Amino acid sequence: MTLNAAEYSAILLSLKVSTVATLLTLPVGFATAYIQTYRQFRGKVALDVIVNLPLTLPPVVIGYLLLLILGRNGFIGQHILQPLGITLIFTWKAAVIATAVVGFPLMVRSIRIGMESIDQRLLQASRTLGAGWFDSMVTVILPLSVRGVLAGSALMFARGLGEFGATIIVAGNIPGVTQTIPLAIYDYAASPDGDSLAMTLCLVSVAISVVVLLFHEYLGRRMLRME
Amino acid sequence: MELRIAVNKRFSAFALDVDVTITQDRIGIFGPSGSGKSTLVSLISGLEHPDGGTIHLNGEALFDKHKSIPPDKRRIGVIFQHPHLFPHLSVTANLLYGYHRCAAEHRRIDFDSLIDILQLGHLLERGVNNLSGGEKQRVAIGRAVLSNPQLLLMDEPLSALDDNLKYQIIMYLKTTCARFNIPFIFISHSLIEMRLMTDTAAIISQGRISEICSTEALARQRMAYSPVGYINILGLNGMTERSGLCAYNWNGGELLLSLGNRDTPNGLFELSSKDIILFKNHPEAISARNLLKCTVAGLFESGTKLGVELDCGHGRLVSEIVPDAARELGVEAGRTVYAAFKASAFRRLAGTEPGQETGQ
Repeated sequence: MTLNAAEYSAILLSLKVSTVATLLTLPVGFATAYIQTYRQFRGKVALDVIVNLPLTLPPVVIGYLLLLILGRNGFIGQHILQPLGITLIFTWKAAVIATAVVGFPLMVRSIRIGMESIDQRLLQASRTLGAGWFDSMVTVILPLSVRGVLAGSALMFARGLGEFGATIIVAGNIPGVTQTIPLAIYDYAASPDGDSLAMTLCLVSVAISVVVLLFHEYLGRRMLRME
Repeated sequence: MELRIAVNKRFSAFALDVDVTITQDRIGIFGPSGSGKSTLVSLISGLEHPDGGTIHLNGEALFDKHKSIPPDKRRIGVIFQHPHLFPHLSVTANLLYGYHRCAAEHRRIDFDSLIDILQLGHLLERGVNNLSGGEKQRVAIGRAVLSNPQLLLMDEPLSALDDNLKYQIIMYLKTTCARFNIPFIFISHSLIEMRLMTDTAAIISQGRISEICSTEALARQRMAYSPVGYINILGLNGMTERSGLCAYNWNGGELLLSLGNRDTPNGLFELSSKDIILFKNHPEAISARNLLKCTVAGLFESGTKLGVELDCGHGRLVSEIVPDAARELGVEAGRTVYAAFKASAFRRLAGTEPGQETGQ
């Protein structure tokens, strides 16, 4: 099994997009999970719904909505991105954003499970010992939910590698620029002599996913044992 | 210390309504479970907000209708029922967690002497997950004390420990607070724990503090209603074995206890008022191994029983009798009687180090 230049660039691009999207989502996901777990406020249910929405929406819908918002005539596209001279649509950055949005709920869920397993009374202890809420978050919640954070990152990374629907709409399918593994497979599958090429990428895709999911499973078991 | 609390908090099936000023440096809050003790701790420490009212500590408002100081700024330490040590930190890091967050001008607890008192020296490098229950609670005490609180709240800190450890931990708590002069509020539903920790207690029931009284008076008042009567607490030391019994020194006098106590050279023991029999004259022979000539120091009533306070020369004991017996014995203050109790009537509370404060 050999890989040609286009396949190579698709694999590298997939890894790059997924990695950047995961890293960008981490702080936001952690903060969201913190708010969902530890803060009581009006409209909490609305936040829960919004956070989980990408899980149930067809990715194509997410892509289309992103296109509406970030595109040349969209609100953010017109008022923020254009004046700054930034083009997102049909670049690898758009693929990152699509991947981030789609993977966000997976990340938040894992971190939340990690946070909910922390004994609340440890936080009461830290507060009475003089730690403010932010201090407690950094010195107690973060270290004790780190496995949830890693598991969420792994899950989101794996999901990001497979992102297709949202990506093809906001980033297009430009070989060498925005063509990730799934988009390349889609291309090959549509061409008459692309079967073996598609199969190669499928195998690579399976291999990466298995490794990531094994890592995720391992973390899950460690979390169970901790409890 | 002056703590003024006038707060109310309503729950679905329970309402707390407390209006009290505490000026004692060591005081207990005594009441059955569900009486609102832990809620009061949460309100004082700032972990929960009252529905209304004010809380002032040493003149500073911790809570009123304009502000609520967050728990981390109140400098009120809490020792919880369970140790709640941070599982990801070592013993040392746990101990220093509050210390590092305390402003330099408030730091007055010396780490090394505290470690000495709590005997934590050999544990410092360990993780907290493989400590025993007693060790964990000692670390929790050290951690709270090292945060240099202006007030220490102890919310049933002993109830998760077995009896033997319980009284050891009491000794650590007492010694530590006395050595560093830390005002504390000790919360418990156990009268004997309360008496060992404080001389004064606020009685709480159904969300209200009904009175503040001495723990001794409380114990006497409850003598007739408690299945174990009034508990005499005796600090005994200098054990020697003699003819199948343990002979202890009790404030210069001697008491004989069963051989089962041979592994406790010095300790704290309890003796129920029910187990002390009084004689008008010296009995000719008696199976009970302890017979003391005493003077009746006073009498008190509790329900249908009479409590007789005995001055035994070396210390005082309380015996309980029914009014008929009182008539036949002719007990009255100043009268001489003989008190007998069996060597097996004692129950060991805790072993103590020589010279350690025993509470008696």
